[in-house]
Amino acid sequence: MLAQDLLNGEPGAFDRFVEYFRSRIFNYSWLMCGQREDAEEVAQEALLRVFEKFSELRDPERVRPWVFRIAKNACLTKRRRSLFAPSTSQEVSLDSLIPARNGQDGAVRLEIADWSRLPEDQVLQAEMHKELRQAIRDLPDLYRPVILLRDMEDLSTEETAQILDVSEDVVKTRLHRARLMLRRQLDARLRVHEGK
Amino acid sequence: MSEHRHSPECKEIFALLSQYLDLELPADACRAIEEHIKDCPPCIEFAESLRKTVDLCRHYSTSEVQSPLSEEARSELEAAYRKMLKSRE
Repeated sequence: MLAQDLLNGEPGAFDRFVEYFRSRIFNYSWLMCGQREDAEEVAQEALLRVFEKFSELRDPERVRPWVFRIAKNACLTKRRRSLFAPSTSQEVSLDSLIPARNGQDGAVRLEIADWSRLPEDQVLQAEMHKELRQAIRDLPDLYRPVILLRDMEDLSTEETAQILDVSEDVVKTRLHRARLMLRRQLDARLRVHEGK
Repeated sequence: MSEHRHSPECKEIFALLSQYLDLELPADACRAIEEHIKDCPPCIEFAESLRKTVDLCRHYSTSEVQSPLSEEARSELEAAYRKMLKSRE
């Protein structure tokens, strides 16, 4: 609807489109690039590219993955230009993400926090959002875009695979590991909270 | 935390939990997971912590306020939009 209105030159369509995507691209870029100024620039550059290439959009219903593909490329360009951009690309093994255990004779306890208070405790929720932001930034580069596209932008596995130029199986694998890494960091924060 | 014998089945479930939460597994695989976790409190606890992690991601909203779009930036975008519309006439 948003894209079709834009193509039809409907009144107000331009402003609605810019408002909708500018904040989303900014959020994606901010968590990807780590710098506010870079994120602002990426949002502007990506939107400009979107309008320049809009005639190439084949299916207006699929405008979100199409825009995020352009945003992803704008982020990569920005990071390549930055001499000090951190870059890590190694895969993380699943075994390394299994929670620690302790116990004797094969009887073990999983060392995880009590997550049951989370939905009710507003202060804790706010702390967890802050921790989540840092945990996302700490994710290796391979994993961060998958979380941002799948869990934050709610794009499908297929759309995410197309944006990132990887197979759907790779998206599923990286998404799971990214979630496990975030879970581990949030769990550590909860345990600190329990110790207070 | 519950006493728990860490079985190979727990590890298999650990590997599939995201696909289970995303309803991306075949029905028989879902049934096998549900059959296992109903008698495995640590697996339930772990799955719940992962589900809440995903919920936090889905409800995340940035605290960083974006700068308003400057007139210059808006004009640049609008010019590109007008050009695109013109090319379609």
